[in-house]
Amino acid sequence: MIRISARRVAIFGGVYSNHLALEATLADAAAAGADEAICLGDLGAFGPHPDRACEIVRQAGIAVVQGNYDHSLGHGLPDCRCGYTDPRDNRFAALSYRYTYARTAPTHRAWMRDLPPAIRLSLDGCETLLCHGSPRRANEFLWESSTSDAFLAWLLDTSDAAALCVSHTGLPWTRELPPGRRVVNVGAIGRPANDGDPRVVYAILTAAPEGGAPGVEWRRVAYDHSALASEMREEGLPEEFAETIETGWWTTCLEVLPQKERARGRY
Amino acid sequence: MSLEHSRPRARSHPDPTAPPILEPGHLDALWLQVTGTLCNLRCGHCFISCGPDNRALGLLSIEDVRRRLEESVGLGVREYYVTGGEPFLHPGIVDILTLALSYGPTTVLTNGTLLKPRHVELLAAAAAGRFSLEFRISIDGPDPASNDGLRGEGSFERAMEGFDLLVSFGFLPIVTVVRTWETEADPEVYRRIVAMLRERGCEKPRVKTMPALRIGAEAQRSGGYAADERVVSGMLDDYDLDQLVCAHARVVTDHGIWVCPILLDAPDGNLGDDLTVAARAPFALSHAACHTCWLHGAICSNPGVVAPETPFATAGAAT
Repeated sequence: MIRISARRVAIFGGVYSNHLALEATLADAAAAGADEAICLGDLGAFGPHPDRACEIVRQAGIAVVQGNYDHSLGHGLPDCRCGYTDPRDNRFAALSYRYTYARTAPTHRAWMRDLPPAIRLSLDGCETLLCHGSPRRANEFLWESSTSDAFLAWLLDTSDAAALCVSHTGLPWTRELPPGRRVVNVGAIGRPANDGDPRVVYAILTAAPEGGAPGVEWRRVAYDHSALASEMREEGLPEEFAETIETGWWTTCLEVLPQKERARGRY
Repeated sequence: MSLEHSRPRARSHPDPTAPPILEPGHLDALWLQVTGTLCNLRCGHCFISCGPDNRALGLLSIEDVRRRLEESVGLGVREYYVTGGEPFLHPGIVDILTLALSYGPTTVLTNGTLLKPRHVELLAAAAAGRFSLEFRISIDGPDPASNDGLRGEGSFERAMEGFDLLVSFGFLPIVTVVRTWETEADPEVYRRIVAMLRERGCEKPRVKTMPALRIGAEAQRSGGYAADERVVSGMLDDYDLDQLVCAHARVVTDHGIWVCPILLDAPDGNLGDDLTVAARAPFALSHAACHTCWLHGAICSNPGVVAPETPFATAGAAT
């Protein structure tokens, strides 16, 4: 198990080949004084030129948790195991996976295969577990409105952690649990958060005050999303994907959303 | 308990024709059988033969519900499913759903025919909190011709009136359809149901297709299971056990805790009255309906709760 100690940590997930948002996120984290940056997985998917994001992350020496997409690409599985249940969502997921697999260099795929499923972070002494979906399953969705407090407390108890950071859903949220514990879904930097804002989201986790839960600073990152949408179109990726990048509204992968999260979006 | 110890496990039997035994994992979902086997409809494909005169299982009181919800907190339950029978036959259904929502995300499985504006108005207010209230409305096709033969004359229109009412209050019901057609027709049936929901003004149609469970009334209708449609030892090797409902769920009834929402007619499905014990009780997958659950996976939970093991029909992307 990789262990990292820090006081102020930028944590982002769901890069989805969005190399422009990734560069902007790393610049933002440095400017915001983060002393570490950690990625919660899913480097590929959805966006164009998947090797570019891999190269940026590897050259920066950033610690990466293995997401379900990284696991599938690394092991040459036939699909991404994103966990979709709807035929339309699965059709888009299959298009995206075929594109990404074909354009991810074998050396990057081999690197993805060996990524760790979790990282332990000591946030000024506060034991924090970082994983992609949930501590027990890389493709488990932890949505804000479909996850009870009791379940989150159980996940923390069984993980021997006071804080837990996940991604996978693409929608950011956090919940404080007594005593002094916290769960954070950092969202995704690869596509916007389905709220009509094309900027992407990540979190800076900060050391807890005496007896309190670790703090969260939400960071909204603007980047040249029009340039990314142009690259996606040039690569022949679905127009629906480019629309999401430009408008901030999800157009696909919607059928796994719970009632509340689905009701907030345009589609 | 560690995370590793909270995973479901399968014990094979030395006899290859014997059913494997499932040792459940963490209790994710608590089902509340609030109206037992009592239903206003008498569907031809019901897997428990619920109906207006089936009182094999009775109503849960709100005190029963409250006690089980309190117990569930210590067990780390993630979400609640409220079912029957028809839950809206329960005189306290609004209070039950409101109470469950104060503990966590709640789904109610209804035929939609008894929803009243006053119910829905109160539930919309209750659902304004942190957790999603999901409605699953059962119909069996995109029109009365495909639905009413199974569910009763006029039931399609009544269910869709309930659907419209929910949509008018901002709910996005998940229309749940039991597959009573050949699997090959799935895309066409799905397309027609989505089109029908859009025509009714629902901008975000949600549809869940479920396989038929050939027990109860459905066994009479379709002939039940063949003798070799059973889960036997070895079939759980390299199988994703999270797909099995009984690996992560239990059902509260007025006659005790049941192993899953499907086997309510099976005497060995009753695991006693102690939820903590029942949540950890091993179960032999000896029933024919277990084969359907094994084959399709995650048949009872909402879309997105359990990731399907092999979602794409078009495999081979990596070759």
